Amino acid sequence: MLKIAVIGGRDTVMGFKALGLDTFAAENAAEAGKLLRSLTRESEDEYAIIYIEENFAAQIQAEIDRFKDSPSPAIIVIPGREGSSGLGLQALRAAVERAVGTNILGD
Amino acid sequence: MAGTAVTPTRMVLNQLKGRLKTARRGHKLLKDKRDELMRQFMDVVKQNKALRIRVEEGLTQAFASLQVASSIMSPEMLEQALLYPRQSVELGMSFKNIMSVNVPLYSFTTRNNDPSEIYPYGFAQTSGELDDALDKLARVFEDMLELAQVEKTMQLLAEEIEKTRRRVNALEYVMIPELEGNIKYISMKLEENENATKVRLLKVKEMVLQDAHHYKQ
Repeated sequence: MLKIAVIGGRDTVMGFKALGLDTFAAENAAEAGKLLRSLTRESEDEYAIIYIEENFAAQIQAEIDRFKDSPSPAIIVIPGREGSSGLGLQALRAAVERAVGTNILGD
Repeated sequence: MAGTAVTPTRMVLNQLKGRLKTARRGHKLLKDKRDELMRQFMDVVKQNKALRIRVEEGLTQAFASLQVASSIMSPEMLEQALLYPRQSVELGMSFKNIMSVNVPLYSFTTRNNDPSEIYPYGFAQTSGELDDALDKLARVFEDMLELAQVEKTMQLLAEEIEKTRRRVNALEYVMIPELEGNIKYISMKLEENENATKVRLLKVKEMVLQDAHHYKQ
């Protein structure tokens, strides 16, 4: 059976633990990147979805982009405690730009 | 076309004509594929945007509640309360085919189906705010799963559209004009050869006639 992972700050992942997800606390972006690498390498396709906190994701964008074209795992950016910084919507805009050539969302 | 050497023979001409026909058909098909992909993509983008906003709002609220809970309870207590989850989530994944792009479909089952069973702690020593926070988190989680699916779908579609668009453009602006140029070049060359032969024959005829009868036109 596949699993779902959450990478983020201690306070952020705490709540998800209660929901039964596998949580991995990281202190900083470098640690988060290391976690992400080991989660995606470990055994194949064990984690189908990896949620990662925004402020870490911003700094390891290259790592995340590596999985953009593979069907699994899905790496999804979620806002942290400080609220959303719009990184998620930015990724959406990037995808539109990639497909269409220009940003046609009008924002 | 200039640069590429094609031998101006009838056989090559026929080959090129065949290739042009295939290229035209491929171009049309790919263009249709691109348009359909684009249509699906725009739907997914809209869905993704709505979900993204909903999830971010939900999470912000859940975290705010959690913040309140953590200010009421001591950090040790809070951690203890959440340390051993009673709930566990199992994820199933299948694939759906959208215009030959495999996109994931997630289904998840939770061990405890009763929504009141998500709290991994007794109610005596924890505050109500924590219950509230977990409740919100559990609700937003369903949207998060859907978001994962939609976002992945969007990324995969974007990649496929990009590829298809490149192919369409390569056919339209490189392959087809090049083939057309080559075909034109060969047919002109053949015509020229034909004219040369004709003129030569006329000339020979004239010479032969003059030789035989001292005939002059």
